Amino acid sequence: MNFIIDYYNYWVVVFLMMAGFYTVIAANNLVKKIVGLNIFQTSVFILYISMGKVAGGSAPIVADGITVYSNPLPHVLILTAIVVGVATTAVGLALVVRIKHAYGTVEENEFKHKDDLI
Amino acid sequence: MFGQHFLILPVVLPLMAAPLCIIFGHRLFAWLLATLVSGLSFVISINLLLAALEQGVLSYAVGGWEAPWGIEVRLDAASAMVLSVVTGISTLVLIYAKASIETEIDTNQHTLFYTAHLLCLTGLSGILSTGDAFNLFVFLEISSLATYTLVSLASDKRCLTAAFRYLVMGTIGATFILIGVGMMYMQTGTLNMMDLADRIAEIGGSRTLNTGLAFILVGVSIKLALFPLHMWLPPAYTHAPSAVSAFLASTATKVAVYVMVRFIFTIYGAEYVFHTMGMDLILLLLAIVAIFKCSFMAMAQSNVKTVLAYSSVAQIGYMILGISLASAAGLMAGLLHVFNHALMKGALFMAVGAVLYRTGSVDIKAFRGLGKKMPFTMAAFVIAGMSIVGVPLTAGFVSKWYLVTAALEQQNWLVAFLILLGSLLAVIYIFRIIETAYLKKPIESAANKDIKEAPLLMLVPMWVLALANIYFGLDTSLSVAAAESTSNWLVFSTLSEGGVQ
Repeated sequence: MNFIIDYYNYWVVVFLMMAGFYTVIAANNLVKKIVGLNIFQTSVFILYISMGKVAGGSAPIVADGITVYSNPLPHVLILTAIVVGVATTAVGLALVVRIKHAYGTVEENEFKHKDDLI
Repeated sequence: MFGQHFLILPVVLPLMAAPLCIIFGHRLFAWLLATLVSGLSFVISINLLLAALEQGVLSYAVGGWEAPWGIEVRLDAASAMVLSVVTGISTLVLIYAKASIETEIDTNQHTLFYTAHLLCLTGLSGILSTGDAFNLFVFLEISSLATYTLVSLASDKRCLTAAFRYLVMGTIGATFILIGVGMMYMQTGTLNMMDLADRIAEIGGSRTLNTGLAFILVGVSIKLALFPLHMWLPPAYTHAPSAVSAFLASTATKVAVYVMVRFIFTIYGAEYVFHTMGMDLILLLLAIVAIFKCSFMAMAQSNVKTVLAYSSVAQIGYMILGISLASAAGLMAGLLHVFNHALMKGALFMAVGAVLYRTGSVDIKAFRGLGKKMPFTMAAFVIAGMSIVGVPLTAGFVSKWYLVTAALEQQNWLVAFLILLGSLLAVIYIFRIIETAYLKKPIESAANKDIKEAPLLMLVPMWVLALANIYFGLDTSLSVAAAESTSNWLVFSTLSEGGVQ
């Protein structure tokens, strides 16, 4: 039981990661694939953020009477990763818009040729 | 005046030039600026390579923050060699691109092409010169995002679905690398590669580190299109504009191979990855399957760009095969093949792009009779094709030779035999195209009559690469010295750290 409670942040991460991954693989709609990809990336953000927590530590701001701080580095790293994720989503959605113009559909099973399948 | 700042210039120059291309929005200006900046980066990289061969490791603290706190730019002979290849190919492709993209990309998107190309170059140079694991992920994504854009610039609508597939696969790969880096940080508390190497050797392995390594290897394998994770590559290279295919095929996957070498040999240590984790057998099997499966796939295609794309996956198999031998000779052969394959695939894709420019098609039928109509283009294709096969006096022969030697050194007769058999398969798919070009009669039609030789601006870079294939087949001193010093350095560093432990 402790195994589940002690590591609950990782269970959240694993659940989100698999949900997102499944959506990327199984979704038929290209926009939903992008949403799945986003959930997948977000799970990793949570992995990093929860990693920085130090037991009993406060926010990493220098103040009187506080000796234990949480590690701020993973949070800063993940800011960069969030920017990367937003950029990826933007490029992905832009591609979906152009696919809609070119093919008239964003549903994978409505593409006519085998080559066009994602 | 610049002194030590030279190290960061191949990353900064293209990054600064990229927005200028869009702001001025003038096609000729963008082309000149991009070519100039890329050429300048190439000259700097060559100087850095020579310096690295002399001094061993060049290091630069970005913003004056010393490693391990700040991000370190770190170049050794391995990275400087790949950096020279990447910037050199980029310069040649940019010269070539001016004529090539006229027929393949909308006129008002030309400046976008140069911008995306420069951003991709920024990312690739960044990956090669950074000494920080997280920074590597960021640069990987900069180059990948630029790559998705480049692929989707073609006028054929199928490039869009190809780019989308590439984006989904590439993002999953990058996220896997991010997870792996996170696991490493969790266990060691550092992101600097040298620091990581020290601390991992000290810890000597734990479940977190193992999981991190697994995530990183799978993620990098997606990026370098190792079989069976290569499904994004053939459509992307087939439908991308020819200049983009030439650039990506000879640089992007090569840089990913370099990332794998970095993680295996520098950070985790060959001992740990190959002996404790047993990755050598897995990589070896996947590499051999890649060589055979994708060579057979290449034979069955009628689109010549698809043939070359599948051939790329097969050739990546050779590089991974060299790495998986887990010896200094094997690593050196793999790195040498990275260098040589960039030369041959660049020339081949450029030749096919020239055919597309004149005939409007890359189907194998369009190649009929081109031996007479486009003699220079097809001659370059033949030279680079020979190099892929591994005919003596070409660069491809040198790397195949070192690969076979590395396999025989371990008395691995089966692997050596399979490498030679794989080359025979390359003979079939390359000579099918050459035969069509030289021996088959052209289809006579009004449109076919006025096919003539490709413009000079396309021929020159193509021939520079084709001649480089011959030059590095005859005079191997530079390429072998670079690969040798790097492989010795990589293997030596892991051994000495193993000794400390």
